[in-house]
Formats: sequence, structure tokens, C-alpha cells
Amino acid sequence: MKKSSLWLGALGALAILLAVAPAKVLINAAGATFPYPIYGKWFQEYTKVDADAQINYQSVGSGGGIRMFSEGTVDFGASDMPMTDEQIGKFKAKPLHFPTVLGGIVLTYNIPGVTQDLKFTPEALAGIYLGKIKKWNDAELTKANPGVKLPDADIVVAHRSDGSGTSFVFTDYLSKVSPEWKSKVGSSTSVQWPVGIGGKGNEGVTGVVKQTPNSIGYVELIYALQQKMPYGYLRNAAGTFLKADLESVTEAAAAAAQSMPADFRVSITNQPGKKAYPIATFTYLLIPSKIDDPAKKKAITGFLRWMLKDGQNDAAGLGYAPLPKNVAAQEEKQIALIK
Amino acid sequence: MATSVRMSAPPPTGARALLLRLRNGDEVARLITLAFACIILLVTVGLIYQLWSTSALPRHKFGFGFLTSSQWNPVTGEFGAVPFIYGTVVTSLIALLIAVPLGVGAAIFLAELAPPRISSTFTFFIELLAAVPSVIYGLLAFFALVPLMRDYVEPFLRKTMGFLPVFSGTIFGLGYLTAGVILAIMTLPFIISISREALLEVPTEQREAALALGATRWESTWQAVVPYARLGIFGSVFLGLARALGETMAVTMVIGNDPKVHESMFALGYSIAAIIANEFSEATTDLHVQSLVLLGLVLFLLTIVINALARLLIIATARRGSS
Repeated sequence: MKKSSLWLGALGALAILLAVAPAKVLINAAGATFPYPIYGKWFQEYTKVDADAQINYQSVGSGGGIRMFSEGTVDFGASDMPMTDEQIGKFKAKPLHFPTVLGGIVLTYNIPGVTQDLKFTPEALAGIYLGKIKKWNDAELTKANPGVKLPDADIVVAHRSDGSGTSFVFTDYLSKVSPEWKSKVGSSTSVQWPVGIGGKGNEGVTGVVKQTPNSIGYVELIYALQQKMPYGYLRNAAGTFLKADLESVTEAAAAAAQSMPADFRVSITNQPGKKAYPIATFTYLLIPSKIDDPAKKKAITGFLRWMLKDGQNDAAGLGYAPLPKNVAAQEEKQIALIK
Repeated sequence: MATSVRMSAPPPTGARALLLRLRNGDEVARLITLAFACIILLVTVGLIYQLWSTSALPRHKFGFGFLTSSQWNPVTGEFGAVPFIYGTVVTSLIALLIAVPLGVGAAIFLAELAPPRISSTFTFFIELLAAVPSVIYGLLAFFALVPLMRDYVEPFLRKTMGFLPVFSGTIFGLGYLTAGVILAIMTLPFIISISREALLEVPTEQREAALALGATRWESTWQAVVPYARLGIFGSVFLGLARALGETMAVTMVIGNDPKVHESMFALGYSIAAIIANEFSEATTDLHVQSLVLLGLVLFLLTIVINALARLLIIATARRGSS
């Protein structure tokens, strides 16, 4: 008897608690894996700003994120590359792109006996990945690296085997600097690579490069920094050799800001600007332009405002390049378009 | 009818019969287990339907050309299955070539020749190996097997048998051969464990009869026991083959993921399961996604065809054995 009355009391207390507590807004999102660490941190930190906004994020990949978003399975999506016109055409209300942070892609290599940082020209890089530059002591490479003794060894090329935003940005860059790459291969999350070993994920490419002598591969800057991997210089559009860091990646976006289209769907590879690292990319949140539920709308727009100001301070600590100020200001204005 | 004198009443018919059997419980058990069995059929049919209906785009666009084209270009939207079918079949064959003699040999030792203590210890470890997740084998292959193949095994093969096109060309350490070897390691526990069970099932009389006729221990094992257990041994091989055909993680880590057809076993390749795992999550166009689904259907059919061939082989040998 006593026990059951206790239970009743507990149930009653729970019911009162539930009635008094304000309604939580549960928002589901899915998409890119590259920004997952910072999104996880942001969505958690934002609950301190707005305790009612609960955002769940599944890192299913950019392609999966776009698919789930267009099917209406999630409230908003995330992607490392902008949506195509065809993908946008499937929506009743046009979705908006909000760049959140930036990433860069660097070239890592493993040449026994070479300890210096190598310098790569865009031509050399395209040549290597097209399979036309076959040896490390090719004239194109030795010319850019005076004083480095490059071996007479076959270059083992490594690339991503899984479809990825990283491959998209890398092939987008190669398409810009090499007309031959553009016509023969093109750019996409997965392409038909003319040469090379496919490794799954950043860790797969890194594994191949670390294990195979005389190899080269491309990985995300954040991954190279975390793993303390050696990576080379790359010549940018202005003709300077740059070693990627967060600053030079942000600079690429700042350089692109002047010609930024209103919907932010732009590739920021190979940007002009002496300090702009050439293989850089935005990663985006894909937000519907019409949100029917007022509570969800308040939570999402509130988060976007916070992300563009306070959230940016978290970026560098996690290895992401923050947005340049001028781009963040342009995005603030876009929030008003969410109806 | 003359024998049914003990029957006191004519057997109940129709609805009454069903009711009676229901009350006995036999019918209930029969229906429930029938339903369980039907689930298997339902899942298979549902799987084929799902694969078929979600791969309409490439089926209409490429038709049978999908099975004969070697192009896999997501940028231009050309998709063909040849390099993947080739890679899947070749790596599985290499795996069987290595694993069957080793596995059956080990099973014969454990079941027939080894002292019971040793046999049970070994069996424990083999069953442990069968339970190791495939990604662990993949890591093992990537960090231990690849350098071994690159620095020792493949250079040795090229030096001794380099005149054969299958053992020539550039050595990466990754590729068909390495994938085949790791698949062999993964299928071995299945082959050993099930073959051993089959050999232990052979009645003692079979051995005694052979020994009584003056056969040595090995002759009795090889000529009387192994043929008796051959169905079980074949079964173990096909189970191993099924694992090899569908293996994803370990293969994708060491096969090199290059969608081309190469003669050399040292070259980089690709398998059906590997490309689905690699490209599915980031495939952006519908045609690309559906082509991957269609590859899944191809893998399914490939498994069916290989299993059917295996069945035919069993029937053929069974007939030869009995005649």
C-alpha cells in the first residue's frame, strides 16, 4: 500500500514538472563529416545560450545530408560543397547556403631521404595526378625545388577512394589550374582517377603515404595538423609559394568575398591574393528558406546569429579556419530571408 | 485398410480434424515454425524487389551494357560493372586457392590425427578467429600484410615466376593478391571448423573397415574418411566463399580501390562490396546512387550463380560417389 502511494506521488511530481518545463524544440540535422567536431561543440554550447534549442546532428556525409534534407527527413542539412541547380530544383522553397567555417587541403608525401618541405607548382600537381609526371626527379619538380635532391623513383599517387567533399575541392582546384584535367577527369566527390591508390578517408590516404615509399597524397589541413604530418608548399594564383595554415585559408575566403554571389554558392579554390592558400573551401549549413514551426524558426535563426559571432571563436581551437569578417557580415543579412 | 483394425472410429475430417490437431499443439507448432521459415523467403524476395526497384535509372540507361562496360566515371555519369565483378571473383578465387588446401589439411589433422587435448585447444583458437570482426583483419592486413607482400612475397614471386603475366608489373603491396591473401586468412577458420565437424561425424566403423582391409592410417583417412565427409567439407568451402565474396572492410583497405581490370595479381583493383561502401554515402546524383544499388543486385546474383554451380558440383560428385 505504502509503496504504491509513493509511486503515485512520484508520478504526480513528474507530471507537474513536465507541465511547468518549457517546451523543448528538437531539431534534426544531418550532413558533412568534415565539420562534425565543431558542429557537435556548437550545438552543445548553444544550449547554454538558448536552453530550449536541442539540435541533433548526424554526420552521414555531404551527399547523404543533401539527400535527407531534400527528402524532408531532417530540418536542415550540411554539406562541404554547394548544392547544384538540379538539387535545388527539387525544393519547393529555395534552400539557403550558410558557410560556417573553412577547410584547406594539403599535400603530404613520403620520400626517403628528403626532409625539406617540397614546393609544388599547380602544373606539377596536375601532372602527377594525371599520371604524366611519373618520377620524382621530373624537371617540373626539380625546377621548383632547387637544392633538394629528388630521387629517380616512380611516384606512387594516393587519393581518396570514398566519395568525399575533400576530393570534390581537390578536383575542383585541379580543373581550374589544368584544362587537361578539366576535360579528361573533371570534378566531383568521386572521379575516375587516371592513376593512383585509393585510400578510405583521410586516415586511409595517410596510411598509404606513410607505408609506401615515394608516395604523395592529399588530406585535409585539420587532419595533417592533428597528426603532425609533413606537408608541402603550393604556389597560389598570385605566384607565391604558401604553406597552408588557418590564416592563409581564411584569406582565400576574404579574397573571394569581393565577388561573392548572393547565395554563397561559390568555389574559393585558386583565389587571387598574395596570402590566399589555393585549395580552400567553405563548408555549409543548408537552411530552408521557409520554416513553418515558429519555435524551430526561432531556434535555427538564433543559432545562425550566434554561430556567425561567438561561435567563430571556437573554430581555430579545433583546427578550422574561421570565416573572414566580411563574409560573416554578408551572411547575417541572409538570415532575414528565412521566412 | 485391412491393417486398420485397431482404429476404433473413422479419422475425423475437415474442420474437426484441424481443431483436434490444434488442441494437440502439433498444428500450432507447425504453423509457427512455418511462419519463421517464410520470413527467410520474404526477406530474400523483399531484398531483390528493393534492389530491383531502386536501380531503375541505370537499368534503363545502360541495360545489359552495365555488365559489359569497364567505365566507372561519376563525373560523366558512365557506369559499368566489369572491374568490380572481376575484382570480386579474382580475390575470392585466390582466397579459395590458398584456404581450401590449408583448411582441409588442418581439419584432417585436428579430427583424425591429433591427440584430443591438442585438437580441442586448437579448435578453441580457431573458433575465436572466426569471431574476430573483419575491420580488425583489415587493419592487420594494412599494417602487417602489405609491407610483407611488398618487400618479400611479391618480389619473390616476380623473380621466380615473372614470366607469367599474372606475376609481373609494378609492386605496390596493395592489390588483388594481398586482398586474396587476407580473405584466405579470414575464410580459413570457417573451413577448418566446419570440415573438422564433418570429419568427426564419420562413423568409426568406416575407419575400422579400412584399417581391417590393411590400409595404413593415412590411407584410411584419405580414402575412407574424407570422401565420406565430402559434403560437409564442400559446405564449409561455400560458406567461406560466401564470406569472401561479400567481404567489404578488409578488402577495401588493401585492394587499392582502382576501378580497372588488370591482368597482374600485383595490380590495384576494386570489388563490388568495396565500391558500395566507399561511394554510397557521398554519391550526389541519382544515377550514381542507383548504379551502386544495381551493383548490389549484381553481387546478389553473382552469389546465387556461384552457389548454384556449387550445388551442381555437389550433386555431380555425390552421384559419382554412389555409383
